[in-house]
Parts: sequence; structure tokens; C-alpha cells
Amino acid sequence: MHDPSDILLCVRDLQVHFGSPAQPVRAVDGVSFDIRRGESFALLGESGCGKSVTALSILQLVPAPAGRIAGGEVWFDGTDLLGQSELQMRQIRGSRISMIFQEPMTSLNPVMTVGEQISEVLQQHLDLRGRAGRERSIELLDAVGLPAPARRIGDYPHQLSGGMKQRVMIAMALAGEPDLLIADEPTTALDVTIQAQVLELLARLQQDTGMAILFITHDLGVVADTMDHVAVMYAGQVVEKAARGAFFAQPLHPYSRKLFAAVPGGHKRGQLLETIRGSVPPLDRKFTACRFVERCDEAWLRCHEQLPPWIEQSAEGESHGVRCLRYAPDIDVPAVTPGSVAVVKDSAASASRDGSLVRVRDLKVHFPITKGLFHRAVGQVYAVDGVDLDIASGRTVALVGESGCGKTTAGKAILQLIRPTSGTVHYRDQDLTRLTGKALRQQRAHMQIIFQDPFSSMDPRMLVRNILEEGIRAQAIATRAEQRQTRVESLLAHVGLPVSAAKRYPHEFSGGQRQRIAIARALAVNPGFIVCDEPTSALDVSVQAQTLNLLKDLQAKMGLSYLFITHNLSVVDYLAHEVAVMYLGRIVEQGRVADIMQDPLHPYTQALLSAVPTIDKAAGREVIRLAGELPSPINPPRGCHFHPRCPQAMPECQQAYPDLTLLDNMHQVRCFLYPAN
Amino acid sequence: MRAMIQLHRQFWFWPLLLIAGLWLALLALPPLAGVKAVYLDTDKLIFLLVSGVLLLAGYIRSREHLRGPWRHIFRQRRAMIALVVLLFFIVCGLLDSVHFRKPLPSQGVTQQRYSVKVLSLLDILLDDMRRNVEKTYSAPLATHLFAKETVTLENGDVERRYVRLKYGGRDLTDPASQKWPNIRDLATRGVVVGAIIWLVLSAGLTAIFARHQRQPVAVMAKRVYRGDTDIPWRSIYLSLLLMLILLAVLLTLSTEYHVLGTDKVGQDVLYQSIKSIRTGLVIGTLTTLVMLPFAIVLGVMAGYFRSWVDDVIQYLYTTLSSIPGVLLIAAAILSIQVYIANHPALFETALDRADLRLLALCVILGITSWTTLCRLLRGETLKLREMEYIQAATALGVGQFTILGRHVLPNVMHIVLIIVVLDFSSLVLAEAVLSYIGVGVDPSTLSWGNMINGARLELARDPVVWWSLVAAFCLMFSLVLAANLFADAVRDAFDPRLREQG
Repeated sequence: MHDPSDILLCVRDLQVHFGSPAQPVRAVDGVSFDIRRGESFALLGESGCGKSVTALSILQLVPAPAGRIAGGEVWFDGTDLLGQSELQMRQIRGSRISMIFQEPMTSLNPVMTVGEQISEVLQQHLDLRGRAGRERSIELLDAVGLPAPARRIGDYPHQLSGGMKQRVMIAMALAGEPDLLIADEPTTALDVTIQAQVLELLARLQQDTGMAILFITHDLGVVADTMDHVAVMYAGQVVEKAARGAFFAQPLHPYSRKLFAAVPGGHKRGQLLETIRGSVPPLDRKFTACRFVERCDEAWLRCHEQLPPWIEQSAEGESHGVRCLRYAPDIDVPAVTPGSVAVVKDSAASASRDGSLVRVRDLKVHFPITKGLFHRAVGQVYAVDGVDLDIASGRTVALVGESGCGKTTAGKAILQLIRPTSGTVHYRDQDLTRLTGKALRQQRAHMQIIFQDPFSSMDPRMLVRNILEEGIRAQAIATRAEQRQTRVESLLAHVGLPVSAAKRYPHEFSGGQRQRIAIARALAVNPGFIVCDEPTSALDVSVQAQTLNLLKDLQAKMGLSYLFITHNLSVVDYLAHEVAVMYLGRIVEQGRVADIMQDPLHPYTQALLSAVPTIDKAAGREVIRLAGELPSPINPPRGCHFHPRCPQAMPECQQAYPDLTLLDNMHQVRCFLYPAN
Repeated sequence: MRAMIQLHRQFWFWPLLLIAGLWLALLALPPLAGVKAVYLDTDKLIFLLVSGVLLLAGYIRSREHLRGPWRHIFRQRRAMIALVVLLFFIVCGLLDSVHFRKPLPSQGVTQQRYSVKVLSLLDILLDDMRRNVEKTYSAPLATHLFAKETVTLENGDVERRYVRLKYGGRDLTDPASQKWPNIRDLATRGVVVGAIIWLVLSAGLTAIFARHQRQPVAVMAKRVYRGDTDIPWRSIYLSLLLMLILLAVLLTLSTEYHVLGTDKVGQDVLYQSIKSIRTGLVIGTLTTLVMLPFAIVLGVMAGYFRSWVDDVIQYLYTTLSSIPGVLLIAAAILSIQVYIANHPALFETALDRADLRLLALCVILGITSWTTLCRLLRGETLKLREMEYIQAATALGVGQFTILGRHVLPNVMHIVLIIVVLDFSSLVLAEAVLSYIGVGVDPSTLSWGNMINGARLELARDPVVWWSLVAAFCLMFSLVLAANLFADAVRDAFDPRLREQG
């Protein structure tokens, strides 16, 4: 057992309510946990389960008057935080406890320089002014790994990239030399390579300063990499709490196990992913049974009748707590028959391999940078700079890369939503780049798109029925009202939504359901090819699994081809047949998914793969750290675009862009390490 | 039969029925009453606007996502009190927009002839005020003229004294002692009448709501009394009570007095300021009607099509907004004036002439004021065209103009609404300023601007004649304040940025 004085933060039975006192929404309903000094503690859960509200209540930052702390205690280093006045809290915030937020873009004041914002904190808490403050700011920026901090200190936030802004945010949080750092999804908005950098930075800072970290995340992989303790939250409660090792070795709560099962990966190819049925119950009532019972496969009668107790098991001196009746002593637990894993037919086997459905050749999209009264072009943004792709029918090609590499632009250019500067896009034998007006509008029926954000991809002022009918009308697929009605109903059935959904507005649906509607809209015009632009990155893991299952199922049934644009490599591993890795407007490596995932050749692909946080720690992988960030596509580096960040750069890399090397019939790479034979 | 049942479910059914009734009444009732209806251009536009608003209200009722923000507005106490006040102004304005000419007593001629004086329904209601014209200035509630006059007595002597008014306190034998008791009696009568009207009205309303909500009237009344309703009916009833009492007191007093005094030619100032309501409303609403097509079409097109369309439209409104607005308005109004003077045959009555100038003022104000809204709409459309649902529609092969009508326009309408409501009050004020400098409405049109313009000389007198200015100020102030309060509520409800914070 640990020394009690070792405990830095102690949260006991915290209750946070929102809305009217008569029928409050219990966003946080009895959360307890301890954080020891120097420990990193992860609060894990899907969106809406109360993790952020828990963190905000520790600092008394719950938005009032909508929300209020209705009960419980928060002790921080012997101080009762909930009893502190606003004035006293101001002394604690920033100096004893700091917080960093998910969105670095909106957390910094755009009209103050980076240096000013850090010195503000220094002045407030350490009374460091003038020269001393400036020097300390530079030290801090240096500590968070910002290159050339003395120069960067006079920069405004808009001059920094996302990763750099997050570093500045961390520097600001560290300025008060806190004992506890609360990090609310600090890497969610960042690319994997940058995420790896930030995680490593946090781990290093923790070692150097000995502060504790409360890390809020929805990403199991992030937790697996760096955390000491994990607490899983569900519907306002902690349902499981354990040391990392024990948690990853054997998650106890059915919800935690479901979360693990829902994570896609290469080894689950050909199966349907596990999903969690239903959705999080509304929190505006008192619960008399387990909150998870409606969605739990292992529930039995008693789960519906009583509240599950908190049960502590002890293993190797570490306690492993879980809120589930299954683990209660002196209760007969009925055995669970393990559900058989549903198998989905992989369409690749049956797909015809005769030529490609979509053929993209030397696709270029350059945006002119214009200036002055007459829109004189003064430069070009080389967003997409010569992309070749072949997509066979019934196959999925994944387009992978960091944000800003041009993958979304490429997808839109293929669909002619952005007209390409040059190059050709053939669908069957039709060159789409030459079509305009009505002819193009007719061809559009064959190619559809599903967007990332299911909240902005549907007109909020239209009924679902009208949304689905839009394409049917435009392509004159069904001209009579009854025909359209039948078509809408069958589309909804295809994506697993009830017929009654047609008479509702998009905002009445959850993120996952909206993504289904978006898929149904795309299917309305009988397309052969769909561009999926990060369709699952805004969704929770369990919902992502449902969406991926649906996409895979539709592909098997209808023989659809997908261009799957994503930065999530585990999704690629699960879903795609072929992978194309894009860097700064060009494809650097392309091949079958197995080849690329197991044997990446291009140094960029290798780095990208190594940066992905994974759950199974068995393979002792080594993260290849990429220096810096994606260069600007306005002014790409000479020679190979990747050479400034490449760990294996050679002199000739600066001279010219490498030619295509064809390794076997499918695998191709552009790198001087693999000379063309 | 089935078709009929379906029909009344359409959103346009009840509004159209109402509109048809309104137009029928406007067309059929004047001949039945034996008067000659006069439809001024602004009258036609006003009733067109009313019809449009009714249709729109029906449409909004049928769409849940449109109804939501309005429900939010209707639940705010301040907005509803403002709306009650606004309704009184609107009713005045509408009554003042039904014009007709009375028949002249026939003198054996076969054809019926009509008076050249055009009256409105409001004039009939305020008949006393309109007819009781004194000789010149008199103070509010006075019984004597404001200035001493030279009077020749019966015995031939000449004396300077305050002359009794013809109508103000005409029944009093000894004004000095009887005036205030008399006023008190009249005011009490007014309060009672107002309270009775209120009782009848509010009882009727409560009964209707009780039926609507399927509750006994007593329960509904108790809920209203306790303030236990979603819509703040208690506040609405209270403000209604206050307004009705105020109105009743003013009307009863005005049967025997000039409540706000008389102007230089002895006209009742209260009458003038009530008649000015219509002018203010016409300017505030018809101007936006003129402005909207320009602003919406050009703004949305500039934002959506970009390239040269955007350039042309931008240059257009940049140029237009760099010409001083007052200069443009003065030039336009003066040339209209010349046109009217040169073509007297075109106008049957003096009111027709004044009306054309009023309409011209609306048009020119509209032309000079569309640029702000246009700019806002262009910006919003620029944002919208990158929205994914618009790209999805493009990907489905939907035509560009269909996208504009179906996706862009409905999603910028909240901006249009906010601007229209906010602009209303500034336009009412603009009328006053323009009339003051002489390029506003026709001098014969009753308007607050003209009253203020006239007060310029009155304020220079000693003792000061203050009531014209104060009357105009009070009415304008209450209209603009009510409109602003309501506009605030509209903006709160429709501005997505404000909603997210709430």
C-alpha cells in the first residue's frame, strides 16, 4: 500500500449536474479517483461520458449557471478545492494545477505574441517580469522543443503550425510550475507523427519536473503508450480503474472489453468488428440498474434489478476496481456463451480484376495565390502534384497521409468537385476532366462522396427524406412520388435505419446515425465508386466500428469501390486492399495493404507506421521520430520533398525527385534507397 | 372530400383564407358603405406585405426548425411586451391605410360625386380630433389660446387677452375652476372603459387558449395569473391593460380637449402624431421590401459564383456605398418633385401626389441601403459554399440554381431577418432626419420628421411651444424602442453564434 500523503489529488463521489434542478442532467454522477504525485492517470471514455466535465470541476471551471457541482469532495494536496473561493482558485489555477485543451487553434489569443502570453502567466504566478520573464519564456519554449525559441517568442499564433501551437500551450501550462497538469485530449487534433512527438514530450517533462498528469482521451492506443493508471468512464461514472498493465492484460468490465474489440486492425480483416448496440442512456434520471445493461451482451436478470457495486480486486499489490455485478462475491454468475464472430465476405476475392474502374493519371491541382486588383498570380499552392491511382471495381484503396498533404483535395479533384489543373480522371472510359455542365452532372451519379463531419454534411433545414431524395430527383432516378418514397425506404433499410427516420431532421440523430444517412444519400444515385473522406474520424470507437462494418457490408453486397482517405492506419489495415501513402501532394509509396503494413519501404511510411500508438505492446516497436512538420506546399523542398525530415537522407535526395521504383507487380515506391532496376 | 381534408393541412390553407377574406373586405365593403375606395400605391404594397407576412407565418408554423427560434422569442417577456406595443402601432398604421372618399350630397346630378378629401378608417375613429381645429397654438389640455390676441369687445374697445378655444373645454362655463375636475372625470371614465375592453379581450383570449390546450377556462386563467405559462401571458395581459387604458384615456379626453395641444394652424397635435405612425411604418417596412431583392440576389450570387460575377457585384456596391447617401436621396427626391410638379394631371388628389413622393423615398432609401446586407450575405454565402452539404449536392449532380434556392438561400435567411428588424428602427429615424432637412416626405404628409421640422421655429418662440416636438419625440421613441427590443430578441434567437453560447 502506498503512503496516503503520496496522494496529490483525491476526488470523492463528485456530482456535477446540468440544467434545471427539477430534472438535472447528471453529467458526472459519483466519480472517485486518486492521483499520486508524479503519476500519469488516464481518464478514458467515449464522447459525452463526462470526462471533460470531471476535469473542469476540479478547477471549478464548470460553465455556470448551466452546470453546478452538486456534491462530492476534491482534495488537492490537503486543500479542499470545492471550498475555495473564486479568488483563491485563481491562485491555484495555472500555478498548482494547469490545463491544456484539445484545440490549440482556439486556446491561444490570436492578437498576442507567444512570448507575451507566456510572460503573462509568469507575471501572474511567479512575479517574473521584464528580462527575467523573457529568459524564462525562452527556456520554457526550449523545454517543449520549439525550434529557435528566441526567434519564435515574437511570433503570433497564426504563424505557428498546429503541433507548435500545442507545444506553446504546454509551455504556458508549465510556466507556473504546476504539480498537476490536466490534459484534455491534447493530441486529438494532431497528426500521428505530431501526436507521437507531443506524447513523448509530455512523458519527458513529467520525468524532469515530477508533476502528475491527468490525461483525458478516447484513444486506447494513447493510453497504452504512456500512462500509469487508467480509469474508464461510462455515462458519468467510473466503471473500471486499474494500473495500465493489469488493464491491458485483462480488462474486466464488459464495456472496456467491448472497446478493445471495436478497435479495427489487420488481424480482424474478414470479420465484422464488434460493436456496442444502442447508445449511451440519457442522464437526466436516477438509475436503478446498471447503466450499461441495455447494451451489454453479458447482462442477466439481476443486472436489470440492482445497481452494480464497486468491487476491488487486488493483484500484485495494485487494486483493480470494476463496477459490475459479474465480479461481486457470493453471486452466481451465469456463464456467457461467447458470441460467434460474424464473418463478412471479403469482396476482393470475388472482385473482377479486369482493369480499373477509376483511372487517375498525373492529377494536378494547383491553387494560384493571387494578389492585387487584377488577381495577378504571384505563386502556386501545389496541393496535388501528379497523382496516379487505379481503383478496380469492388476494391478499397486507402489514401494515407498527414493533414495538409493534399489527400482530401485529391479526392475532391477526382470527383470534379475541385476542377484539376491538369491530368485525367477516367471513370470506365469517360474522361471526367473534359466534361462540363449537363454531361458532367449525369456522370456524377457514378461517383459519390462521404464527408468527415456528419454534422456539417447535411443541410440542417431539410428532412432526411428530402436529403435522400435530392440525388434521386437530380438524376431523375424515380420520377413519381411513390417511387421515390419506396426508394428512400429501401435506402434507409440498407444502412440500418428505421423508416420513421425519413420524417426527422438530421440534428435529431447521433453522429453515427448521421453518417449512415450520409452513406444512404451517396447510395441514392447507384454509384459504383465512393470517396470516403475520413468518414470515421469524428466518431467514437464503437460507432466507428459500426460504420466500418456497414461500409464493408455494402461493398460485399453491391460491389462498390472505395477511395478511403484517412490518417488512421488501423482502419486502413482492417478495411483497405491497397494503400497509397501521400506526402506533400505526391504519392511516395503504393501497394497491397499487407506489403505496406508489414514491410514499408519508404522512410516516411516507416515513420508513419511507427508513430501509431497501438494496444498490443508485444512487438517492441521503436518510434521513428520525424523532425519538424510537413513543409508548406507553396514552396516544397527541392529534390525529394521528404529529405529535410528523412532520417536516411542522402546527398542525391536534395538534387532531384526520385523516380518510381516498381518492386513487384503491385508495390511501388519513390525513394533513392530503392534504385530502379 | 378527402382532398378537402388534405387541403386544410397545407401550410398555406389558413393564411390564404385570411388573405382572401382581407382582400374581399377591402374590395367589397366600400361600395356597400356607399363610399369610393381609394387604393394608394403604398396601401397596395402594405396589404401585399401583410399577405406575404401571413403566408410566411403559416409556412414557419409548419416547419419545426423554423418554429424553434420563434418559440424562443415568444417566451421572452421583454420581447412580448415590445410586441404588444408594436401591435398597437401596426393596427394604427393598417387602419390608416384603408382610404376612401365620402360621397358629396347629390345636387340633382345623375352621377354621384365624391369629396376630394381622402379619408382613412383611422380618420373616422379620430373624427373629433380631425375636425376640432382651433385658430392657432394652444397648450396641451388648454381652454384658451396660447398667445394673447387683440379682441374687439362689444362696446367697441380693443383688448389683448387669451381667447377661449372653440373646442378645448367648450362645455365649461368657468374653466378656471371646472377644468381639472372635468379632466379627472373624463380620465376616470377612460380608465373604466379601457379596463372593460381589456377584461372582455383577455377573457376571450383566455377562453381561446383554454380550448386550444383542452383545459377548463378557470384552470387556464389561474395559470395565467400565477405566471405559469410558457409564453409570458401575464406580462402580455398587463402591458395590454396599460396600453388600452392609456388609449382609452387619450380618446375620452380628446373628445373635449386637445390632449397634446394644437399647432400653428390649430390642428390637434395628438391627431398629427398618430397619423404620422403610418408614414413611419411605411418607410420602415416598404424600404426593406425594395432593398431585399437587390441585397439577396446580388449578395448570394457574388458569394456563390465568385470569379467575375463577384468582382462586378463588389465593384457595384463599393461604388454605390462611397457616394454620400444623403446626396443621392436629395437628388432623387428633388427630381421626383419636379416630375410631380410638371404632371399635375396624373394625380386625382393631393394625397396621391404625397403618396408618390413617399413611395419614391422608400425606393431611393432602399437603393442606398442594400449594400450592408449584400456584403453580409456575400460573406455568409462564401462560407456556405464550402460547406459539405453543398459539395454533396454538387456531387449528386444537382444544378447550381437549385442549390442556390434549396441550400444557400434558406441558410442565409436568418441574417436577412435580423437585418430587416434591426434596420426598421434606423429607417424610421432616417425619415425624421430627411424630412427635417427637407428632402423627406411631402410637406403635406403628416410625419414625425415634418413635425420636428416645424418645431424648429416653435422652439425659437418665447414662451416656447414645446408640445409638437415632445409629441413627435415620444411616439417615435416608443416605436423605435419597442422595435429595438424586439429586434434584440430576434437576433438572440436567430444568431447561431449567440445561440451556441446560451
